[in-house]
Amino acid sequence: MDLRSGIQLGIIGLTFFMLINASALLVLAERKIMGFMQQRYGPYLVGPHGLLQPLADILKLLMKEELRPKGADKWLFTLAPILSVTAAFAAFATVPWGGETTFFGLLDEPVKLGVADVNVGVLVVFAVTSMGVYGIVLAGWASNSKYSLMGGLRASAQMISYELAYATSLAAVILLAGSLSLREMVDTQAGTWFGFIPRWYVFLQPVGFIIYVIAGVAETNRAPFDFPEAEQELVAGYNTEYSSVRFALFPQAEYINMATMSAVATNLYLGGWHGLPFLDTLGLSWVTFLLKVGAILFTYIWMRWTLPRYRYDQLMAFGWKFLFPLSVVNLIVTAALVLYFNA
Amino acid sequence: MIPLHHYLIVSAVLFAIGTAGVFLRRNLITILLSVEIMLNAVNLTFVAFGRYRGDVDGQIITFFVMTVAAAEAAVGLALIIALFRHRESLNPDAFTSLKW
Amino acid sequence: MPEIVTFYLLAGILVVSSALVIGQRNPMYSVLFLIVAFAALAGLYIQLDAPFVAVAQIIIYAGAIMVLFLFVVMLLNAPQEDAAEWDRTHPLRRPGIARVGAVLAGVLILQLAYALVRANELQAPVGSQTGPAIVSNVRELGKVLFDRHAFAFEATSILILVAMVGAVVLARREGES
Repeated sequence: MDLRSGIQLGIIGLTFFMLINASALLVLAERKIMGFMQQRYGPYLVGPHGLLQPLADILKLLMKEELRPKGADKWLFTLAPILSVTAAFAAFATVPWGGETTFFGLLDEPVKLGVADVNVGVLVVFAVTSMGVYGIVLAGWASNSKYSLMGGLRASAQMISYELAYATSLAAVILLAGSLSLREMVDTQAGTWFGFIPRWYVFLQPVGFIIYVIAGVAETNRAPFDFPEAEQELVAGYNTEYSSVRFALFPQAEYINMATMSAVATNLYLGGWHGLPFLDTLGLSWVTFLLKVGAILFTYIWMRWTLPRYRYDQLMAFGWKFLFPLSVVNLIVTAALVLYFNA
Repeated sequence: MIPLHHYLIVSAVLFAIGTAGVFLRRNLITILLSVEIMLNAVNLTFVAFGRYRGDVDGQIITFFVMTVAAAEAAVGLALIIALFRHRESLNPDAFTSLKW
Repeated sequence: MPEIVTFYLLAGILVVSSALVIGQRNPMYSVLFLIVAFAALAGLYIQLDAPFVAVAQIIIYAGAIMVLFLFVVMLLNAPQEDAAEWDRTHPLRRPGIARVGAVLAGVLILQLAYALVRANELQAPVGSQTGPAIVSNVRELGKVLFDRHAFAFEATSILILVAMVGAVVLARREGES
């Protein structure tokens, strides 16, 4: 195995490792930010200023007793969280997180930072996240409990409803970029207009960006669209009967889905890793990427602890009667303008 | 490179499995699933031949077959729901009399 | 060499999962095995240089149609398949007849496989005519789809609309507006 393949394998391993770390850090970030928004400190005792809190959480979850309800389907009960978390990790496979780098001259040709670059990349992300629905619906069914079943059905119906608005706003960006590969989409956003406005698609498609972020929030079952796992209404929805490791995989899948949605939104609308040219030359373009993804994740957490929850029928009505027609109009207007300016 | 007839044999076996499912199973949902298996076998044949001829026509037909299969699955499942409401059974032999 | 390994692996998963689909008593398991089969089929499409069809397969079949099936199985609480009274006494249900049918099906498959293998002109490897550049290009696919097959495309959209309306009407409870 030569150096190049070794480094590519290393990049894949690093991506996987960083995704796991991301879920742990997001747990901490959520509780800290929630705390500060509620004018208190959040976790403070474990480690300096509470920074080792995720470690304590994970240890606690791993040491709990593994329960399985008597009537629960033996295979499906264990399969559901595995499916959820596998789909969450696999969706990040075609998302690039940095430009090309030669590792400061170590390699002859630059290697791309990202797991894979497929020519239908953005559709692969969409396909794999739509497989994540199965984890939730099977969890609801296999638990053999009425809270879980209701929660599972509602969550999956919500996810497939918002996939429509998600895909249509995606189609508008594909029109602008002229390619389905995420890396090529990011590379068309390099450079600036008039010297100071970056060529990001968020300036060409502000409505599309908002639709995409809202659909992403609904896809990952986060507030204000988290009715299926609402503590107050449905006990805990589809993960009522889960405990210990099987339970831990569900929030992990949710946080990694959040991270993937933010990463894809950054690549599609915010210019990916372009924006700070001096970092590009140093091979540190991924720092810019991380800053942008962090900003979107902060918005996610901010929305959860500020906005009240949608009721389920309001949620579905919003998705079908407002968001989807709006995204179709967005697509038509984008198509018309692309045709007009390129003719 | 994989010879064309490998793909065609896989597709033929798949089609045979689907047909066996339609004939042998006594559950409406499983029958519908077997029909989906048959449609996918046909899709595989189309894509394999398209690749063999070197143009995209195979994939285009696949696109239409998938769309039609989606429409047919939706209507078929709605029918199954309506039937189940009347007879509380998914066995096709429960619907043999003409009296509703 | 790794191509052949992946082909046999994917084809094996596909055939075994499909056989398990029709062999399960619980319809929930049938649906799940079919999802596995579709994933393996998508892998075969990728090997045939058709990445768009592979992704469309996952999105449409495994991601939407199978979710529909799963919902129906869950909502109807689909019972396990038990042979009913009239079923067990059906004249065609004798084991001898079933075995003859299975043998005939096996003979059919063998004949088909033999015919396919012996057809000389089809023994050329897939893709020996032209390179994969045209076939895997999504742009080319879009051009041909919207150019030569535009009418079929529009007709398909009407078909989906009709199917949507039909499904809603058929699944309604009686007496609802």
